[in-house]
Amino acid sequence: MSEAPVKKVAGITKESTQAMIDHAMEIYPDKAKKKRAPHLAPNEGEGACVKSNRKTVPGIMSARGCAYAGAKGVVWGPIRDMVHVSHGPVGCGWYSWGTRRNLVTGVNGVSQFAMQFTSDFQEKDIVYGGDKKLKTLLNEAHELFPLAKGISVLSECPVGLIGDDINSVAKIASEELQIPVIPCNCEGFRGVSQSLGHHISNDTIRDHIIGTREFAEPESPYDIALIGDYNIGGDVWSVKPLLEEIGLNVKAVWTGDGELEKIAATHKVKLNLIHCYRSMNYMCRVMEEKYGIPWLEFNFFGPTKIRESLRKIAEYFDDTIKEKVEAAIAKYDPIMQAVIDEYRPRLEGKKVMLYVGGLRPRHTVNAYADLGMVVVGSGYEFAHGDDYERTSVEMPEATVIYDDASEHELEQFVDELRPDLVGSGIKEKYLFQKMGIPFRQMHSWDYSGPYHAYNGFPIFARDVDMAVNSPTWKLVKAPF
Amino acid sequence: MRQIAIYGKGGIGKSTTTQNTVAGLASLGKKVMIVGCDPKADSTRLILHAKAQSTVMDLVRELGTVEDLELDDVMKVGYGDVKCVESGGPEPGVGCAGRGVITAINFLEENGAYTEDLDFVFYDVLGDVVCGGFAMPIREGKAEEIYIVTSGEMMAMYAANNIAKGILKYASSGKVRLAGLICNARKTDKEFELISALAAKLGTQMIHFVPRDNQVQRAELRRMTVIEYSPEHPQAQEYRTLAQKIYDNKMLVVPTPLEMEELEELLMEFGIMEAEDESIVGVAEAAAV
Repeated sequence: MSEAPVKKVAGITKESTQAMIDHAMEIYPDKAKKKRAPHLAPNEGEGACVKSNRKTVPGIMSARGCAYAGAKGVVWGPIRDMVHVSHGPVGCGWYSWGTRRNLVTGVNGVSQFAMQFTSDFQEKDIVYGGDKKLKTLLNEAHELFPLAKGISVLSECPVGLIGDDINSVAKIASEELQIPVIPCNCEGFRGVSQSLGHHISNDTIRDHIIGTREFAEPESPYDIALIGDYNIGGDVWSVKPLLEEIGLNVKAVWTGDGELEKIAATHKVKLNLIHCYRSMNYMCRVMEEKYGIPWLEFNFFGPTKIRESLRKIAEYFDDTIKEKVEAAIAKYDPIMQAVIDEYRPRLEGKKVMLYVGGLRPRHTVNAYADLGMVVVGSGYEFAHGDDYERTSVEMPEATVIYDDASEHELEQFVDELRPDLVGSGIKEKYLFQKMGIPFRQMHSWDYSGPYHAYNGFPIFARDVDMAVNSPTWKLVKAPF
Repeated sequence: MRQIAIYGKGGIGKSTTTQNTVAGLASLGKKVMIVGCDPKADSTRLILHAKAQSTVMDLVRELGTVEDLELDDVMKVGYGDVKCVESGGPEPGVGCAGRGVITAINFLEENGAYTEDLDFVFYDVLGDVVCGGFAMPIREGKAEEIYIVTSGEMMAMYAANNIAKGILKYASSGKVRLAGLICNARKTDKEFELISALAAKLGTQMIHFVPRDNQVQRAELRRMTVIEYSPEHPQAQEYRTLAQKIYDNKMLVVPTPLEMEELEELLMEFGIMEAEDESIVGVAEAAAV
């Protein structure tokens, strides 16, 4: 059943891909062309073939988010037992409320606080500063929700412009309320994308959280933390039981359905397992340097990568874990094979194009291969060079790689390559559906999920089949 | 309606000069409004005989939003029917005073404070054009005439030159022009000649030399302009003269700010500054033999 992805795609050569890129860039003015050219390239099979983590070219329709989005939506927001305050005008908090589908357990207002807290800046708060209002808000939030384990204060743009000192307000509130109040200076204008927001948030965890708590239970050699899983559509609830089945104690999850005090005690685990490298490698490195905790990147998309990852994880532990891993693989392989037997005949040879964030443009490549599909183009909104290095080895030879792609570029590539499925976000969805091409939102699992681990793969396979083989597309005809 | 903005180094006497000049214009029968653009909110106290006028931003803070504010709440009428408004703003070190100026002026515009019968609107602006907010009074459609208050002191002249640079920026994209320097004398050496020379270098004029006189302080203690306190005093006549000169002024120029070296040369020429001795720069007292 082990499926290595196809390394060559008929009709795709370095020359054909470069010609496609050149064609897409024809309409750009010279300056834009010069700036965009290094971000688009045929896959070279190793190393980062594109330039990345650079300022978006003005005038390009980018799909990127901002530093605040990276802090609120990705790192801090999913921690369920905290109040997360969007400090600034109301819009940033409102439009980032629950949109990422990072699901949580617990009772709202009691053990989880998936609500919209904002200081709702008015003119007077800009002019006179919002620090006093923030202090009032923190007191009120604690009074209304005394069970919240902590409060994060996430700065929106104006806070940085007027120089509100949220750090000192947080410090005072923390002492008075006797809970951690974490100031996060993640103003949206900082950096070039949401990526800096991840980094800033990691730094605040380093400065304010890590090492401040201990686990209640005694230590064991099988204590691990699950890092960079945000429980999109319930991913964590699929991954955690599998890790437990192979004998590991998942002591903390960063940060999907996460708990503050467990995150704070993560310095006591024996191994950090990291799924989304981009958003959390920073803290893995910190914990490695400061506490000597090794970390391992793994991939729980599709049976091939799950199996490979489980065995890699087992290498860090004794034979009991190794035996349990083999037992789990033996148990799930036939189930996965049944899934593949059902869907693969309908999906064999179908082409996919991806444009997402974090880890999916590379981590899902093999899951498609498990279903007989091939990814013919992939790229990230906010990746760095090390992400592209990890991508080139997964992708077929000479396929197009795009960084911070514009709507126009994606449209051109899709028009030329005519994939059977596009996996991207809400901003791209309607463009491609209007082109008559099946589409799945692959940031949020399109109201579905989980897609991670053995419980996720059957759902992933079903959703992909449902999109690609829907009879709808045969009925759609352009009216012109 | 002529809209005029007054800039100048902090503490140079902008508010005092503005209010006395406005009182002068009022005594000439002109209808004037003063808009204080400084969070200290001391631009109207001599006209209103008030300690501090309640400001636009203070009331916004009290009421919650700008929309709840009425023009009558913030506009007061003082000596000579001069209308007075203060933008207000935060205490030093917090918030954004510049945004306060923008909010206040927008409010005045939207609520019809700029009535047809006004002959002059004066903006008394904090120190330098430090950010977009404090440039609000000289944006498109607002003040087109700027007077810089200065003295013969080096830092005041330095500030005046910097303000001229700011005006140059706005002049190149709009109608704002430098209308002159007002010398608020500090009795420094050759002050009249020096400021006249600086004005010439900037391409403008020293519109008036206001001599130093303690009568100004005596009036201020009573929260009055000299014109109201002692209309017959020679100093009152100085301000009336300045008012008349501003009324008659047609000399509006795009300034030609000086380079730092030129400004220093000017100061050396008038013996205010010694020629620089580069050998002493950066040498501590103990290290110098």
